[in-house]
Amino acid sequence: MSTFTLDELVRVLRESAGEEEGVDLEGDILDVPFDDLGYDSLALLNTVIGIQQAVGVTLPDDIVSQELTPRLLLDLVNGHIARPAAGKA
Amino acid sequence: MTARTVAGAGTGRPGPPSPYARPPVVTGIGVLAANGSSTEEYWAAVLRGDSGIARITLFDPDDYPARLAGEVKGFDARKSLPGRLLPQTDRMTRLALVAADAAIADSAVDVPGLGRYACGVVTAASGGGFEFGQRELEALWSRGGGHVSAYQSFAWFYPVNTGQISIRHDMRGAGAALVAEQAGGLDAVAKACRHVRDGTPFMVTGGVDSAMCPWGWLCMTRSGRLTTVRDPRRAYVPFDHDASGLVPGEGGALLTLEDPDLARTRGAVPYGAIVGYAATFDPRPGSGRPPGLRRAVELALDEAGLTAADIDVVFADAAGLPEPDRIEADTLAAVFGPRAVPVTAPKTMTGRLLAGGGALDVATALLSLRDGVIPPTVHIDRPAHADALDLVTGAPRETALRCALVLARGYGGHNSALVVRRAG
Repeated sequence: MSTFTLDELVRVLRESAGEEEGVDLEGDILDVPFDDLGYDSLALLNTVIGIQQAVGVTLPDDIVSQELTPRLLLDLVNGHIARPAAGKA
Repeated sequence: MTARTVAGAGTGRPGPPSPYARPPVVTGIGVLAANGSSTEEYWAAVLRGDSGIARITLFDPDDYPARLAGEVKGFDARKSLPGRLLPQTDRMTRLALVAADAAIADSAVDVPGLGRYACGVVTAASGGGFEFGQRELEALWSRGGGHVSAYQSFAWFYPVNTGQISIRHDMRGAGAALVAEQAGGLDAVAKACRHVRDGTPFMVTGGVDSAMCPWGWLCMTRSGRLTTVRDPRRAYVPFDHDASGLVPGEGGALLTLEDPDLARTRGAVPYGAIVGYAATFDPRPGSGRPPGLRRAVELALDEAGLTAADIDVVFADAAGLPEPDRIEADTLAAVFGPRAVPVTAPKTMTGRLLAGGGALDVATALLSLRDGVIPPTVHIDRPAHADALDLVTGAPRETALRCALVLARGYGGHNSALVVRRAG
């Protein structure tokens, strides 16, 4: 299975949670906490639902946290794509 | 405040001092309706007698017996609201947020300057976010639970408009949602008045509603109160021999209500004041006791410290069904005398707006008082209660106006009456 990229994450974010005014999702956001990008926990939960639909893997709900950044989320998602069973361990 | 009783009401004995001795004032209005997407656009359309009732376009109505509605035209939430709000709202809440923005802008109040706990929100609701709920039920049953939006947790819920308005404007004072179908729009304004009197000086209140999706439409058609007439000119004709039911609409009005001292201090020019209100409940069907509408009217007048002669115009509930129309006509004739007060139902141009209807009538009454003109009831060809009602039909009627009575009845027995007085 292919890698889940930042571009795909931005697309899912826009669709699942919208875009905060004054935040440029095309900018250098990899290490910016989602909180600072204007996404609260419910927005992230809805984004996780969107990612699961996009890549066809099941992600644990507890990956949503205050410190989560796009880079950490991409690593988690791609880890699950590489090892689908890991999410259930 | 529901069904509050006033000591001495109707007995001639002096009651306690009116709770409306320092009446809260309305300083901002935001309207969205089938015949106007702003307050002044709507008001101009109402005075022209332009109806927005037409065949449903938001979904295919062919499978339903009722196919007409008062849909808000050309509404594009993407142009009016931040992107973050779109995935977590449906049409009802988007309409409400836009109306709230308009009302607050119209009031010119500085919410952050007042302080977040000095500002509150009370709105009326009926079924909540029907469209959101339908979308997520479709996702659940066609694609599975993993496809249901996390926002379903609140977006379908009846207080969702109050919550989203409160969050958007950071208004953290008193907050509530009232459900009494049509009557709720008046109940919400009255409850907001109570919060103003209790020390929250600035409130957003009223109601904006929409259930324009198959799920919402099915629920409404099952009430048996919707007309199946297909001609938009003959479909919703209250107080007419051809009254055959109601046409639902969407939209409504949100108002900013404030302490009169705050309005004066900041130099706001109010549209008018809310000076009296009462709500009653109909007796159990078959009990033989009279309907509760008359008691609501009399209690509201008592609370306002007014008599029937002080009322210059009545904005009727106008159910559009023979029996409720007869009850309302008889009530008005009994309280005011036959044909003794002008009566109108501009909702014949918008449809009945669920929880938005009473609030839109309050807004319309305030505009009417402001401009000294009573908007017409449209499409009345064969008046059924001409001996009881001086129904304003055909064209608007210009006349000096000081006080208006607004009536709203909610499905299931709710009766509410609210009295507004012109500013100054």
